[in-house]
Amino acid sequence: MFENFGFTGANAPHSRRVGVGEPPGVRRALLAITFAFLGLFLFLPLAAVFTEAFAKGLGVYLAAISSQEARAAIRLTLTTAAIAVPLNVGFGLAAAWLVARFEFPGKQFLATLIDLPFSVSPVISGMLFVLLLGVRTPMGEWLADHGLRIIFAEPGIVLATIFVTFPIAARELIPVMQASGQDEEEAAIVLGASGFQMFTRVTLPNVRWGVVYGVVLCAARAMGEFGAVSVVSGHIRGATNTMPLYVEILYNDYEFSAAFAVASLLALLSIVTLTLKHAVGRRVASQIKHAGEELPRLAA
Amino acid sequence: MSIEIRNLRKIFGGFVALDNIDLAIKEGELVALLGLSGSGKTTLLRIIAGLEAPDAGSIHFRGADAGSLSVRDRRIGFVFQHYALFRHMTVFENVAFGLRVQPRGSRPSESAIRAKVHELLRMVQLDFMAHRYPSQLSGGQRQRVALARTLAIEPRILLLDEPFGSLDARVRQELRRWLRRLHRQLGITCVFVTHDQDEALELADRVVVMNAGRIEQIGSPEDVYHHPANAFVASFLGNVNLFHGRIEDGRVYLGNTSLEVGAANGSVASASGRAMLYVRPHLLEIDRVSAGPGSFPATVKSVNAAGPQVRIELVAEWGDPVSVDLGHDRFTTLELAPGAKVFLSPKENRVFVYEA
Amino acid sequence: MKRVHAIPGFGLTLGITVAYLSVIVLIPLSTIFFKTAAIGIHEFFAVVAAPRTLAACRLSFFAATIAAIINSAFGVAVAWTLVRYDFPMRGAIDAMVDLPFALPTSVAGIILTALYAGNGWIGRWLTPFGVKVAFAPAGVVVALTFVGLPFVVRTLQPVLEDLDPELEEAAATLGASRLQAFTRVTLPALLPAILAGFTLAFARAIGEYGSVVFISGNLPMRTEVLPLLIMSKLEQFDYAGAAAIAMVTLLISAVLLFAANVLQRWSARRLTA
Repeated sequence: MFENFGFTGANAPHSRRVGVGEPPGVRRALLAITFAFLGLFLFLPLAAVFTEAFAKGLGVYLAAISSQEARAAIRLTLTTAAIAVPLNVGFGLAAAWLVARFEFPGKQFLATLIDLPFSVSPVISGMLFVLLLGVRTPMGEWLADHGLRIIFAEPGIVLATIFVTFPIAARELIPVMQASGQDEEEAAIVLGASGFQMFTRVTLPNVRWGVVYGVVLCAARAMGEFGAVSVVSGHIRGATNTMPLYVEILYNDYEFSAAFAVASLLALLSIVTLTLKHAVGRRVASQIKHAGEELPRLAA
Repeated sequence: MSIEIRNLRKIFGGFVALDNIDLAIKEGELVALLGLSGSGKTTLLRIIAGLEAPDAGSIHFRGADAGSLSVRDRRIGFVFQHYALFRHMTVFENVAFGLRVQPRGSRPSESAIRAKVHELLRMVQLDFMAHRYPSQLSGGQRQRVALARTLAIEPRILLLDEPFGSLDARVRQELRRWLRRLHRQLGITCVFVTHDQDEALELADRVVVMNAGRIEQIGSPEDVYHHPANAFVASFLGNVNLFHGRIEDGRVYLGNTSLEVGAANGSVASASGRAMLYVRPHLLEIDRVSAGPGSFPATVKSVNAAGPQVRIELVAEWGDPVSVDLGHDRFTTLELAPGAKVFLSPKENRVFVYEA
Repeated sequence: MKRVHAIPGFGLTLGITVAYLSVIVLIPLSTIFFKTAAIGIHEFFAVVAAPRTLAACRLSFFAATIAAIINSAFGVAVAWTLVRYDFPMRGAIDAMVDLPFALPTSVAGIILTALYAGNGWIGRWLTPFGVKVAFAPAGVVVALTFVGLPFVVRTLQPVLEDLDPELEEAAATLGASRLQAFTRVTLPALLPAILAGFTLAFARAIGEYGSVVFISGNLPMRTEVLPLLIMSKLEQFDYAGAAAIAMVTLLISAVLLFAANVLQRWSARRLTA
């Protein structure tokens, strides 16, 4: 499970390989280009969020993130994620099990369908639910007759979020499940375990980092989705706003400091996500990688 | 082209990979660098190629200092352990690569390149594979493509890193014979790295035994096998019985037995102190009765008669395990079975004194 | 097909997968086809061929292409640096490359607008030269570059890591210069991954809404991209028009992602000898 950074005389780090390294000038230029590009597009924006957020002082910042509307937005954001993440991770486990363990006709097609929401623009994702359940549609009218409001209300936001985050967990879990192999599961069955026992005692422990990874990525996207929920939200202040939507409303009302204050919370959340992703992702990647190596390379 | 290596030293972050290496390789010689993983043999090969820079010492090619020559200017053929074939190029393009990257002035014409590549591919018997990709070839075929690609630049020296390491036993045998023939044909100076003693002993004109960054012995295959310079070489090459004892007045004392130090040991005979005695399994005589002062008692533990020789495992009187190889005729005459009490007498031995 | 599986759960997981997939993805997606089909071919083309739609289409393609080119060129440098060189904070910088994936697009949108507006940190240095980024097509390119940044880097990194340094060494021993080794050996091995990354970045850019809506200023015929146009039709309750444009956008992404998929498989197959 650990990445192998050990080296013998033969597998020395690249920098020692005389035949491969770039001349120092090229090397410095490449480093400079990388730092300039990432600085301009990643670090400057990140610095700007926090600077703008505190531009009017700590008092304004705290007031902005603790207002009733901000609290409502945070609550709705968390609720949405709390519904979408377990559903999609549960689905991801089922789909990964299906794709990694069984051969059946149409498997490749199914895998493609699972990835479909990735290729749908966020605005279109939201629009689908407006077309399906909006007030002027047959389904929408039926729902309205029964006093159920989905579009321009919280359920619509949850639905759009589930759609957008649908493939994330499955996509991370399929390769992990494939890499973990089924020898241990077959052994468990042979030893008399039930299907459920096999799953909880053998499968889940084996793919646990994949599950953690899927939860992190899915939760981050669920809390950060903007375009799709923007279409279905109806922009009702304090009622149907998630944090990314609330940022837009504040910004359009020229409450820039407040907008950046809420945005800074979301930026902080993404930094936490990236940290977790980096930490967990390495384990997942090495798990997948090591499964593919039967024998270690002979090093002279 | 001859190679002289002087005082070569290479350190990887505190790990001494090469420690004061001196080695002279003659024009047209086929030399094996033999050693275990981490003995420094691959590092030495890479330094000769210019793929690695030494921390100290010098390399001369035909008397000229090569220290400032870049990899591409050395014109040394290097066959990588895993071949390093270019996967996006056909076999033909792989072999042509070294010709195509030559400076415009010295680059052969397209038709010359074509002719040369086909000639090389015919030589390695792969002309019919010219338009395949490396991923469509077997291990042995890839190895031969790698060789052809290297030979295309008419290298002054050919270096091979574990040339047969990742091939199965039969292909390996075949390629060994083939390489030997090729070397005789081209007369090019060849150095190859191997951890396989059979390969080194069978193929090389001279064998360089390496251990922990140092050269333990340089010599002909017969030399290093029959006259190992030290305990490491003796135990590394071939099977050997190792006994710990004391040396005094030209005799080695093991348990209640003492053996005369063989003539081949030279000046060691006059030393005294703790010593190790090495005897090859086929150089131990087995008898039912003591053959005199040079023999010692042992008990047969097991017998394995499958193979060209019979391998007998015994325990010496003082408790050390002993292996003996003997012919089937002799084995039948002796009627040996587990539990039998016998006497062993070394026909030849090597004694190495601990450095006190 | 009748097979006996030692491993249980085929029926159960197939049922869950197909049911959930249908409810969450397939049924909602089908509405777009029904809606488009319902409006008839003439109205469909009237919507799609309207000058405003064509202008949005042009800008979407133009800005997405420029952004993907920028990301490919710099992505190679970034991936190369992250894989091959050692420098302080490399791990943290590597992790940061995913920021555009993790940051909500509305947050990205308002930050980029603030940075590139006439009085922003970057905008104020450009204004004297008459360069206008925010509320101009250039702003769209900036936003799409931001959201597409991770793609080329992330598709390239694993390929670069797996690229055996021995290949470059082999090139050197055969007499190739550093430049020849790069152009003839390294680049061809990386090209499929670069193209796949380019396509992914492009596809993402075509559908992007959040980061563009603020910085573009949303001017019809000038800075309006396809998703913005869909949004504006939805806000006017022109669902049929929105569906028609969405249909076109979906088709474009589908073709692109299919191409990326093929490229990635092709590259994977070639590199696993």
